[in-house]
Amino acid sequence: MKQLLIAAGFTALLATGASAGTLDTVKQKGFLACGSNTALAGFGMPDDKGAWTGLDVEFCRAMAAAIFDDPTKVKFIPLTAKDRFTALQSGEVDVLSRNGTWTQSREAELGLHFGGVNYYDGQGFMTRKKNNIASALELNGASVCVQQGTTTELNVSDFFRSNNMKYEGIAFATADEALKAYDTGRCDAFTTDMSQLYSERLKLVNPDDTIVLPEVISKEPLAAAVRQGDSQWFNIIRWTHYAMLNAEEAGVTKANVDEKMKSQIPEVRRLLGVEGDFGKGLGLTKDWAYRIVKHVGNYGESFERNVGENSKLKIKRGLNNLWSKGGLQYAPPVR
Amino acid sequence: MSVSGPAAQPPKVPLLHDPRFRGLLVQAVTALTLGALLWVAVDNAAINMRARGIPTNFDFWNRTSGFDVNQTLIPYSSLSTYGQAFQVGLLNTLLVAAIGIIFATLLGFALGVMRLSDNWAARSFATAYVETLRNVPLLLQLLFWYNAILSPLPAPRASLAMPSVALTWPDAGSLGLAIGAGALALLAARFARAQSPGSAAAMLAPIGAALGWIVALVALFFGAACFVGAPGGGLLHWGGPAGVYLNNRGLLLPNPSFGPGAEWVLAALAVAVVASLAYGLRARRLQAATGRQSPVGLTSLALLVLLPLLAFVAAGNPVTMDYPVLRGFNFQGGLRVNPEFVALLLGLSLYTAAFIAEEVRAGVQSVAKGQSEAAHALGLRAGPALRLVVLPQAMRVILPPLTSQYLNLTKNSSLAVFIGYPELVQVFMGTVLNQTGAAVQVIALTMAVYLTISLATAGLMALYARHTAWAER
Repeated sequence: MKQLLIAAGFTALLATGASAGTLDTVKQKGFLACGSNTALAGFGMPDDKGAWTGLDVEFCRAMAAAIFDDPTKVKFIPLTAKDRFTALQSGEVDVLSRNGTWTQSREAELGLHFGGVNYYDGQGFMTRKKNNIASALELNGASVCVQQGTTTELNVSDFFRSNNMKYEGIAFATADEALKAYDTGRCDAFTTDMSQLYSERLKLVNPDDTIVLPEVISKEPLAAAVRQGDSQWFNIIRWTHYAMLNAEEAGVTKANVDEKMKSQIPEVRRLLGVEGDFGKGLGLTKDWAYRIVKHVGNYGESFERNVGENSKLKIKRGLNNLWSKGGLQYAPPVR
Repeated sequence: MSVSGPAAQPPKVPLLHDPRFRGLLVQAVTALTLGALLWVAVDNAAINMRARGIPTNFDFWNRTSGFDVNQTLIPYSSLSTYGQAFQVGLLNTLLVAAIGIIFATLLGFALGVMRLSDNWAARSFATAYVETLRNVPLLLQLLFWYNAILSPLPAPRASLAMPSVALTWPDAGSLGLAIGAGALALLAARFARAQSPGSAAAMLAPIGAALGWIVALVALFFGAACFVGAPGGGLLHWGGPAGVYLNNRGLLLPNPSFGPGAEWVLAALAVAVVASLAYGLRARRLQAATGRQSPVGLTSLALLVLLPLLAFVAAGNPVTMDYPVLRGFNFQGGLRVNPEFVALLLGLSLYTAAFIAEEVRAGVQSVAKGQSEAAHALGLRAGPALRLVVLPQAMRVILPPLTSQYLNLTKNSSLAVFIGYPELVQVFMGTVLNQTGAAVQVIALTMAVYLTISLATAGLMALYARHTAWAER
């Protein structure tokens, strides 16, 4: 009899589905669960003291700053490429900021929404200098190491097929295994997003023996992802990114944000919450964008700090510059 | 005077107090509750997944996969479907599991017997082997083998080629010489076997025999290859590429392609198999009746090798070899054995063999010592005593844990994802899951597949056990 009652209790518990919004859950937990990379220089990597740094890491910190006014209220959960989407779908993480490519099948079939594109990337190849090739079109018959479960596998297959070339693809569970196989000579070329190529090359035994080939064979818009079915949460991740872009456009930096609070320019006043309350619709406070810039900085600062001139990767802004400077980063206005 | 009247009826018990009925009722209620819980769990999952737009069915099965797999037993390309990718992964798992089980069993039995031998060197080696390989995690061993195999091997442009002189013995004299050397080694092994059991010379007997067979077979293979069209000439050709290369992309072998006359060779092989089996049966019956032994092994080998060879030559060399040729980065053509496959096979076989060795040792030690003493008293040497008297009795103790080890090997093959071997978990539960997002379906199907393979293996072993069991006391 007792067992029947317990069983009935379990059944009742199971029957209730999840109904609280993600923002409320996050506020209740007291921290943001951010799905991040295991170790990718420039995007998401713990440094030698265990503190997480990177472009995607700072995006999560910006969200935490907007919600809690404290960029340290984030828990980083390292995920491999294979289980990142399952972790997000199941609710283990609230947001996936892990240089994931925004594709139609991921949005339509995996039940995810992708937020602001924080890095426009493309896929490329790297190979040994002593192979004496100058273009990816000379890779006919080569062995190529890829990381499993990524758009990389699909793109490399498309590239070789559309150019009528043959190749042998060896897929590994993690980028480290794939890179090691390339280093020992198992493959002739290693392929992944261009931004990753530069950072992975630093991990080789002899980085100078490897060159990155010039061809960019795909479009890889890297964006943060959240689950479908929660519009408010989706708005928050998009507008976090747009706030950082608008701040850079308006010239607001981490150093001068306090000073800019006194500005008379309407755009700056609306952004920083001096005029109007644009945070309310997002479920946040009216100084939501001020918090982001104060604790993290604007997009340009974050970029230069992690992957640009002030970092080891030294990647140029290129496509990731503001639209007004010839790049693709364009944010809708805060008004 | 006995009591007359109808036999006394059992006392009438109310239904709810009847123990049988109560037992049935509790079981029915438990089953219904479990069933209801399961249904609720599945329904809840389906509702939540649908609300978030996650696929809940197997529609992805017939969609184009878009990725390539570098080792497939069936034709597969990036235009094939996810269902075909599943088949590719499944076949690769079964391949490595089947070959791994065979190697592990052979090695495990050899090691188990070695641990019990009188020879100090053999015993110490087997003990060291078992203790080391049992206690190091399998994943580390796999990574070790993968790197140990890959690191010393050269790039394709500097491949180790089989010396071409081996394939170009132009005359029957050299061929005969090689076969004679093999026969000599076999004679030496026979002589060693005739020594007293347990002495050092007798220990060399199986090694000598194995070497003898290997030399003879290799000589025959290369001799036969002389007849086949090597690039640049046939029987009387000197030099030229041998067609066997070793580099860090794998072992490259010439790929035989069967021409129009090949059915005769296969038919001859089938005839040879049937003939050897029949001869073996007749020899066994003869031995039971009169005690005389017949040279079954030698005769069967001769039949199996010579009959197809004769058919081969008679049909006019119908088999042509596709030789691997270095073009650009890699070799094109020919047959390739991947280093990932070899590393996985080595790692799995060696690891499982350590466990099987212990089980064999347990089984052999479970047989009463009097059995082997009686066998020796009857005049049986160490080898036949083990094979004919001790091991059949030991199998009763060995078979159940041996089945577990086979299941372990099959399931451990899923670690191949770390060395890039495209088996079921890597291809299906890795790439396909990630591309389609159908996590629940893919994982449930993978679990069902492993469960089926395990149940089938266990069922086959149970059949074998029942077949070889003898009457209990």
